[in-house]
Amino acid sequence: MKTPSELRYTEDHEWLRPEGKSARIGITDFAQDQLGDVVFVELPEVGRDVKKGEAFGVVESVKSVSDVFAPITGKVVAANQALVDTPELVNQDPYGQGWIVEIEIADDAEVGALLDAQGYTALQEGGH
Amino acid sequence: MGKRTPLYEEHLALGGRMVDFGGWDMPVQYPAGILAEHEAVRQRAGMFDVSHMGEIDLHGARALEFADELVTNDCLKLEENQVLYSPMCYEHGGVVDDLLVYRLEPGHVLLVVNAANTEKDVNWVMERRQQLFPDVEAVDISAKTAEIALQGPKAQEILQSLTSFDLKRIAFFWVQPDIEIAGRQALWVSRTGYTGEDGFEIYLRPEDAVHVWREILRAGESYGILPCGLGARDSLRFEACLPLYGQELDQDHTPLQSGLKYWVRLEKEHFTGIEPLKAEQESGGPKRRLVGFRLEERGIARHGYPILSPSGEEIGVVTSGMLSPTLGEAIGLGFVPAEYAQVGTRIAVSVRGRAIAAEIIKRPFYRRSGK
Repeated sequence: MKTPSELRYTEDHEWLRPEGKSARIGITDFAQDQLGDVVFVELPEVGRDVKKGEAFGVVESVKSVSDVFAPITGKVVAANQALVDTPELVNQDPYGQGWIVEIEIADDAEVGALLDAQGYTALQEGGH
Repeated sequence: MGKRTPLYEEHLALGGRMVDFGGWDMPVQYPAGILAEHEAVRQRAGMFDVSHMGEIDLHGARALEFADELVTNDCLKLEENQVLYSPMCYEHGGVVDDLLVYRLEPGHVLLVVNAANTEKDVNWVMERRQQLFPDVEAVDISAKTAEIALQGPKAQEILQSLTSFDLKRIAFFWVQPDIEIAGRQALWVSRTGYTGEDGFEIYLRPEDAVHVWREILRAGESYGILPCGLGARDSLRFEACLPLYGQELDQDHTPLQSGLKYWVRLEKEHFTGIEPLKAEQESGGPKRRLVGFRLEERGIARHGYPILSPSGEEIGVVTSGMLSPTLGEAIGLGFVPAEYAQVGTRIAVSVRGRAIAAEIIKRPFYRRSGK
């Protein structure tokens, strides 16, 4: 299971990559593996304000439905429209083409408070 | 820790992801994934461990009559080594379970029931035996029976390479006892399944299960066989509209409501639950019915989601739903009032609070070609 060291993570298995004023967000390799084949992703509207911990999207596999939670507070500035027709990108490339949204960072401290790769790995090993 | 089948270690060795299913530790999928496993069964072959299923043996001169009293379908017309599918009802007409009835040698009937219901079914069968057929012996042989399902268009070819018995002699819904498979004596081999494809269900002594499992995988390798978990079993049965107890069937719905009229023989002299089912049929048929539907916008209807009328009134509930791997459409099954059951009727499904337009469509969603 890949856990890139440059990313930040949540206990709900989302990752976050800060890119200037905003951050890309997706679900982790561990999360996509647990879900299995992703067949549908419900994306939020661009422009929507989300609060840290709020469910803003849904990833559905053949068997299950999982909420995606906002790792930070902010405005959704982009959603990965490629997932509409090719939701399997979440399985194939969870940290790259399988990204889900971009959120404008409202509070840098929230980013700093997220888990680092080591912390997230420890969480998985601890039995999530 | 849940109960384990004799194939538990095989699942771990193959990378199966184990989940709890009705108290059993079973693989929901292997590393190939549910979609690949589903496709393997539709196009080639897949193999399932179904050892968790329950088996109840009935012995005695009146074993067949007892089975006939228990189930809604007509057991008395069965010939030796013939199998039938049937719901089994309570006296109020709700469904105890759905099962397979095997008429074996004279005085011997085998009932094969759902894993999650085995204990309840055994208790029910024992209770009815006590009341009505004390001369028939009923024995729960689940623990002494392993079962492997080999399903898909290549199932026969693969299994044939492991036996000298001509499998073409086993017709759809017939069974052959005591066939040698890969050097082991199978208890019974029937041409039955839960996928909508051709295939076999192989009943084995638990000590033979690992050997036969490995031999089928080996023999099937060049055909592209995959071991398949409960995930693909569910998606396959769903497309073929084979009901799942607890979703399309339960004690609160009659088999007529669940769309199983063909397997309910009201012309029989008697079976447990016949009176309320006759009354339901004679009063114009079920007021609530199981239907198939297709969503017309993006989204997936899941078990438990509300079904709405076009004006937004809640009229029913989704029993099963998914994005059909074979058809690529978001389809589902659910209960609605009879006036909404006609093919072509417009309904909606509430998906996380949003009403998504849907249309009633014909069942089954998938039927294999040439059947």
